[in-house]
Amino acid sequence: MTEQTADGLMLAADGKPLKQSLNRALRRQKLRAFLLIAPLLIFVLVTFIAPIGDMLFRSVENDIVADTLPRTVAALADWSPDSGAPPGEPVYRALASDLLIAVAAKTHTQLGTRLNYEDSGFSSLLRGTGRDVDDMGEDVGKALVAVDPVWDEPVTWTNLLGDPAWISAQADWAKAGDKTPEPPFVPSAAAQKNLPLTAAAYGDFARVMQTVKEDSPTEKRPWNTVAVSLTEDLKANPSAAAAFGADWQPRLSAVVAAEQGGAIPAADFMAAFTESDKAWGTPQPWEVIKTFSPRFTSGYFLNAVDLKMTPEGIAPRSEAERVYLMLFLRTMVLSLVITGTCILLGYPVAWLLANLPARTANLLMILVLLPFWTSLLVRTSAWKVLLQQQGVINDLLVWAGLVADNNRLVLINNQTGTIIAMTHILLPFMILPLYSVMKTIPPSYLRAAKSLGATDWTAFWRVYFPQSVPGIGAGSILVFILAIGYYITPELVGGAKGVFISNRIAYHIGTSLNWGLAAALGSLLLVVVLVLYWVYDRIVGIDNVKLG
Amino acid sequence: MTLKSLLSATALAMLPLGASAAFAEDLPPCDNCSDSMVLMSWGGAYQASQVAAYAEPYSKLTGVKITWDEGSNEAIAKMRAASEAGNMTYSLVDVEGPDSQRACDEGLAEEIDFDKDLAAAPDGTAASKDFGSAIINECFVPQIVFSTTFGYRTDVKEWNGKVPDNLCAIFDLENFPGMRALEKRPKKNLEWALLCDGVPKEELYTVLSSEGGVDRALAKLDTIKDQVVWWSAGAETPQLLADGEVVMGSTYNGRLFSAIVEQKQPIGMLWDWQVFDFDGWVVPKGLDEAQKNRVLHFLNFATDTQRLADQAKYISYGPARASSQPLVSTHATLGIEMAPYMPTNPANQKNYLVNNIEWWADNQDEVEVAFQNWLSK
Amino acid sequence: MAEGAMANDAFVVFDRVQKSYDGVTLVVKDLNLSLPKGEFLTMLGPSGSGKTTCLMMLAGFETATHGEIRLNGRNINTVPPHKRGIGMVFQNYALFPHMTVAENLAFPLEVRKLDKSVRDEKVKRALDMVQMGAFAGRRPSQLSGGQQQRIALARALVFEPELVLMDEPLGALDKQLREHMQFEITHLAHNLGITTVYVTHDQTEALTMSDRVAVFNDGRIQQLAPPSELYEAPVNSFVAQFIGENNRLMGTVTEITGETCVVRLDSGDIIDAKPVNVSKVGDRTQVSIRPERVETNKARLRPGVHTLKAEVTEFIYMGDIFRTRLKVAGHDDFVIKTRNAPDQIRHQPGQMIEIGWLPEDCRALDAP
Repeated sequence: MTEQTADGLMLAADGKPLKQSLNRALRRQKLRAFLLIAPLLIFVLVTFIAPIGDMLFRSVENDIVADTLPRTVAALADWSPDSGAPPGEPVYRALASDLLIAVAAKTHTQLGTRLNYEDSGFSSLLRGTGRDVDDMGEDVGKALVAVDPVWDEPVTWTNLLGDPAWISAQADWAKAGDKTPEPPFVPSAAAQKNLPLTAAAYGDFARVMQTVKEDSPTEKRPWNTVAVSLTEDLKANPSAAAAFGADWQPRLSAVVAAEQGGAIPAADFMAAFTESDKAWGTPQPWEVIKTFSPRFTSGYFLNAVDLKMTPEGIAPRSEAERVYLMLFLRTMVLSLVITGTCILLGYPVAWLLANLPARTANLLMILVLLPFWTSLLVRTSAWKVLLQQQGVINDLLVWAGLVADNNRLVLINNQTGTIIAMTHILLPFMILPLYSVMKTIPPSYLRAAKSLGATDWTAFWRVYFPQSVPGIGAGSILVFILAIGYYITPELVGGAKGVFISNRIAYHIGTSLNWGLAAALGSLLLVVVLVLYWVYDRIVGIDNVKLG
Repeated sequence: MTLKSLLSATALAMLPLGASAAFAEDLPPCDNCSDSMVLMSWGGAYQASQVAAYAEPYSKLTGVKITWDEGSNEAIAKMRAASEAGNMTYSLVDVEGPDSQRACDEGLAEEIDFDKDLAAAPDGTAASKDFGSAIINECFVPQIVFSTTFGYRTDVKEWNGKVPDNLCAIFDLENFPGMRALEKRPKKNLEWALLCDGVPKEELYTVLSSEGGVDRALAKLDTIKDQVVWWSAGAETPQLLADGEVVMGSTYNGRLFSAIVEQKQPIGMLWDWQVFDFDGWVVPKGLDEAQKNRVLHFLNFATDTQRLADQAKYISYGPARASSQPLVSTHATLGIEMAPYMPTNPANQKNYLVNNIEWWADNQDEVEVAFQNWLSK
Repeated sequence: MAEGAMANDAFVVFDRVQKSYDGVTLVVKDLNLSLPKGEFLTMLGPSGSGKTTCLMMLAGFETATHGEIRLNGRNINTVPPHKRGIGMVFQNYALFPHMTVAENLAFPLEVRKLDKSVRDEKVKRALDMVQMGAFAGRRPSQLSGGQQQRIALARALVFEPELVLMDEPLGALDKQLREHMQFEITHLAHNLGITTVYVTHDQTEALTMSDRVAVFNDGRIQQLAPPSELYEAPVNSFVAQFIGENNRLMGTVTEITGETCVVRLDSGDIIDAKPVNVSKVGDRTQVSIRPERVETNKARLRPGVHTLKAEVTEFIYMGDIFRTRLKVAGHDDFVIKTRNAPDQIRHQPGQMIEIGWLPEDCRALDAP
């Protein structure tokens, strides 16, 4: 029972506003409906939306350079490749620091792989330099030890640079000898203030020792970069020793004195890098690092359309390096041809299916579906047996005298092979939608057309065909979209000229591991499909598509 | 130990030697070890030889359940996917040499302490020395040496009784007309093309690295391009040869072995400039303690001298340990001498090549694009 | 006009036509039929009786297995459907869904290669004829069933065929609309003077619309006659049963005198009837009497006729008439209809009454 309040609000029997009651009733229904679709929704999200999102992200993601070489990237900010000269010593220093950490974590080879995509040779460049980087600045380290052997002792460094609280905590930990991790190294305030470079370099070293190598910094001599940092700190601030305890003052002063006396050489990382690999003495590798240092890159997408990013901007790749646009084009053209042949071959079959008596139609339907029940590889191999030059079809043609024995047709390992095999494989996807649409076209339309004076052809073309167009549309979309994604069949029967862009994607996923490029190619393929879908919608209208 | 000495050690294998096949009853105990493993390999005859030579004996001795995954042709991709998902589902992965390099570079594989983790030779030679140059990086535990070489039909009328006796017959359409089968990949093809274009073995990669080097190789391949069927799976060439689709073609020597010996096809083998490659194990990173212990325990057993020699009874690939070479004898079921079909047989290795893994790691992507581009023209 | 039709001025002729689909059974057996120009002929029969096959043979969608079909004196057995120039209205109208109403109508004119101006003119006229002028731009799916029906009719007529075939065209319409359309179609056909062959299984439709009705059963024409004759003088028990409501009683002829005969029913009761399909004493017969011809008021019967005892089992009030079910001579499905008049008796169930009829209203037909 409903009533109305003074302001015209309808009330339900319990006196609450009718709208509110209705909403409550509907909410339960909506919730139940949502719970029903929830499994599918989650399934689609997890298995479809998330991977596509991941793919799109991968195609632009480029954290590795900035993560692996943070100091180098920062130091390169001031350098311009236009100078035509390699960057200055600080950049080499930064790279040495970065590489020491990366080598310990073994990430320099991953970075090498990444940059090798952009510049061939980077992989071995980084692997080779990774082997040498430990020894860079060795002369400084040795000179320091020559001044005072105490610098060869790992604890010298922890005591000089470590926070007193950390030193005692570390000592307690070492005494306890249990399996808990060592307390993380903390530099002292004095060291950070007076020996900033040393504190930072040693901090990196200690962190890597503790986390990556699971060693104690008290037991490992620090990298040469730490020694180099110490000499530089002392050069910049010869009175730094004053900030440290009485024990330290003579030691540090000795270093200052040695330095001033020329007993400690100036570190030359540039020379060390150039010695490791001549390439470091040229602007080339630095250009590459700088160009690909941002966390997001268009590099993969550019590569996917045969362009490349250079310091001067986007440029086309050289003739020999262009392959993807050609493959995209070939994929589209061949897929269209396959769709076309599927229409030509499938239309009459679907018509027969829709018009034969049920029993015969069922038998024919089984024949149509037969390819669905055989594995893709078996079918493809069967085509090989049929189509090859010594194969069944050529044998028949030779036997029938249609083809000379020494001039057998090349039906496989080329585009013809791809078209034939894929047409066969995809034919059911054309026939089934066509059939389901044709099944709904009553024969009386054709009769009506004929009774109105149309010839068989006119009746078909003006009356039957337009009504079967939704089936052609649905079949074509299915076949085309499936076709551009195929790669096993083209790989096996397509030879050199019948392979698709998907084969390249599979290659980059499975063999070259260039997942970024694979993702970019995949994303482009997705965009192409969406664009074609949109064009199709504009021309034919997507509501005109009937799948059944 | 160099590859050369490894290969010449095979010479000893040709001497009739009574190979002892005693099982290692004295298998050391395995503490804190899981009781199952997932091994990834190549499937087919190769995996079968692994099962027969060491997986089954190991299971028998220890009761460990071994599950096989036949995914090795995309091993690194699968390892990377499992690693990114944070759930390494493979205990041990069988890969070719270059893939092990990538797994190592990508941080997907554990470094191996060869002398500690692997068994020494019976005479006490440390594993690292026994494997020698087969250890191509710190993550790779070698098992076998295989080669990519050529097979040819022995009944081609147009050849007037001649048969190819050197690699460059591939490029000799005049004397040896007919279709050829080559892999749809630049690797090996470029090297062969340059060899037949007059480049000495030592200068191959210098030439390839130089400006126009790759183009020179492709230009040589151009001379036979329209006579080539490009294959992508190793099984294709023996089939194409058997069907008479091609008159010669490259493939793995084990595939040709089974076509010639087991299927009795009229096919001959051309060993000239065979390209050696290693196949072996990598231990994926990210295994839990018990699983890793189990895998190392298994590796120690599966790559000892006797086990690697046993494997050669089932497949015509040479064991990667020098100390296994003398133990190679006859085929397990056919009873024939395996020596003439081994890539490491001195008679078969007058000329041979080893791919420069580092060069290919650097240049694979670029050369691959150039090759595909060339193929499409 | 039908009565005056002569074979030689017949417009449509079926001459000993037979049709078999499977080579074993005949669906149309020895069909002979001729229609004069302008006649409205209905083929009526249960499904599977062969009526639609006959129509399809006439339209050219089926070929006669034997015999000849002539149109305007010309044998059309081998003429393809599109050259026959016959208009046809289909069961579900078969309006082309991808064309507008106007395009549907223009289609037959287009294939006849008429000029656009002529086409437009004819389409407009045809649409006006069925009062659908305002709907030219619509798609068939936007029209109601009755509107689609009119368009289908207009399309069949727009190219001015001399013969129009209609295959159960009103089957999908509701009762009221159907009755209205029946009226419209007959009018249109008569006004345009076109010859119409109409197929239906609805006997009311057949009776109300046709000049003549051919009742089909089992591949044969059972009776070909104007509606009134069909109803009042069915020639066999099938027609009697198929057209209108009918009471059946089985019996044996005991006496024939000219226009009347005496039949002893299987229950032993004696009745009077008109001999139609019986020729001698002793013949088995099924007598047929229409419910509205049964008389309960003995005073209105001719003296001396036989009557039957009946027990009322049910009385149904139907507004304009009363329908009373009786148990007569052992059958309890005997029905009588009486007009709702002030003096009409309303029988009560259980009541015993006496019924009778005029001998000429009760037809002694063949025993099936």
